[in-house]
Amino acid sequence: MVERKTVGSRAFDICNYIFLGLLAFVSFYPMWHVLCGSFSDPILLTKHYGPLIWTQGYSLEGYKVVFNNPNILSGYLNTIFYVVVGTVSRLLATMIGAYVLSRKGFMFRKVLTFMMVFTMYISGGMIPTFLVVKAVGLYNTRGAIIIPSLIGTWNMIIMKTALQSVPASLEESARLDGANDIVVLFRIILPVVKATVAVIALYYAVGEWNSWFSAIIYLRDTSKRPLQVWLREILLQNSSSGTAVEAVDMDVSALFLEELIKYCTIIVATVPILLIYPFVQKYFVTGVMMGSIKE
Amino acid sequence: MTAVSLQSKPKQTFFSRLRKNYQRYSLVYWLSLPILVYYIIFHYLPLFGICIAFQDYRTAKGVLGSKWVGLKHFISFFKSDYAWRVIRNTLFINFYNLIFSFPAPIILALLINEVKFAPYKKTIQTITYMPHFISTVVICGLLADFCASTGIITTITTLFGFERTNLLNSPKLFRTLYVSSGIWQGIGWGSIIYLATLSTTDPNLYEAAVIDGAGRFQQAIHVTLPTLVPLIILQLIMRMGQMMSVGYEKIILMYNGLTYETGDVISSYVYRRGLQSGEFSFGTAVSLFNSLCNLLMLVSSNFIAGKVTGESMW
Repeated sequence: MVERKTVGSRAFDICNYIFLGLLAFVSFYPMWHVLCGSFSDPILLTKHYGPLIWTQGYSLEGYKVVFNNPNILSGYLNTIFYVVVGTVSRLLATMIGAYVLSRKGFMFRKVLTFMMVFTMYISGGMIPTFLVVKAVGLYNTRGAIIIPSLIGTWNMIIMKTALQSVPASLEESARLDGANDIVVLFRIILPVVKATVAVIALYYAVGEWNSWFSAIIYLRDTSKRPLQVWLREILLQNSSSGTAVEAVDMDVSALFLEELIKYCTIIVATVPILLIYPFVQKYFVTGVMMGSIKE
Repeated sequence: MTAVSLQSKPKQTFFSRLRKNYQRYSLVYWLSLPILVYYIIFHYLPLFGICIAFQDYRTAKGVLGSKWVGLKHFISFFKSDYAWRVIRNTLFINFYNLIFSFPAPIILALLINEVKFAPYKKTIQTITYMPHFISTVVICGLLADFCASTGIITTITTLFGFERTNLLNSPKLFRTLYVSSGIWQGIGWGSIIYLATLSTTDPNLYEAAVIDGAGRFQQAIHVTLPTLVPLIILQLIMRMGQMMSVGYEKIILMYNGLTYETGDVISSYVYRRGLQSGEFSFGTAVSLFNSLCNLLMLVSSNFIAGKVTGESMW
């Protein structure tokens, strides 16, 4: 591109670089503050007002309390269970649904597609869904977290579009060799659409890791709660008496721990997401553009 | 043509066609069965369940046995003081989102697009996308911590002479905090779609503009921005279709009794009255009113956009 560098253009560049740098700083800084806080000395941290640039003293006190807290541990395990089982079963159901809707000769294809797309625009809403979950006996079971939201219709439609783009010749040659639908779907079609599958898996997994609301309404037993629900209690309801601080003796230092524990739990709950971040980054553009296709 | 008509068979009955189709696609039929069952149970049964909005639903009596009361719950909602409050708050938050949150990623995309130094561009993108992945609970936890009377944001505001109080308890600030934290979380992620579209712009257009003597600002206005217009309109239609809906999750995490006045929206009200207090029928009635508004907004904004610009969702 031919470009004449005028003074105005240079000035704009400088301002733009500085502005974007500041924006990136603002995006990143809150987590940095929390990270520094989480390794700080509890008393110094409580006394410190304002932004942290580095840790205030150094201690692992907060992490000790967090990792010894049975609620956080069970929450963590539950979350891993929900993420793994949820993502696998949702992917499977989404793919089967998408496969069925992508079979051109299937007589009920149009009717089923309409029936499913319809639910994206009109839904029963929170309360009737809750009553149905209760009526089918899922209330207070781990299944309640996964089954009612088994298929994201939008994801299924995206997947269907991807499946339809697979050349029919691939499938036909497999059919001649005697492959049935299941073989065709998993052996022939799946490898071709793996980028789409990866993005949808990512959406399901991150969504499940971060979800808390269905656990609030569908679960009564605290032993089945995912991490985010405990996180909410610690961060937002200040009921640390019932959760984190309980684990240590209630001496004076325990009062100072409150802030520290908040920071440690945030780190513990967010780090896994940020660790997978570099690996999934290359799918971001694919993922966002998939959502913008016109049906 | 003749070959086709020779092959066409005499009119088949529905069942004979079904049998043939089943023979060819038997496995597809069986695979579709669990999907169908899922949709019927978890999507269509709740749709049927909406009828409790017109009943005095009692759990013991069920949907079929409860007494029908017509529009009682709708009337009591509209007669209450809460109706205006939650509708107003929902509209205000959406209006602020439309003015501030909607253009923010577009502006960011335009600015990032002007960065020619690739590693810097990549770094900015990577960092600004990150907050999208942080959970709502953590976002609201950060907000609660930073806005507490000893928090960072509060401490910064005291430098400008403001009082040291918990900002999240202030009804005046609720919407500002809600919308600005939303921008913080969404601006980078929202810009991806615009940047991806910009990357497809024909470079010849820029060259032509340069030959015509266009400066950088003029190029941005006359070449870059027009590339984005169809996408912006499409996104705007979707936005307009959601003018009456605000997600309850973040609201529920952020508000408290002190900020209901400005923070309570339709969906959070449905949750509080419907699920927390167990007034299933009343909650469903409010939620049904909300869904109908949403549908109306979506259809009409799509219709208007189709008429005005030729861009539409369907």
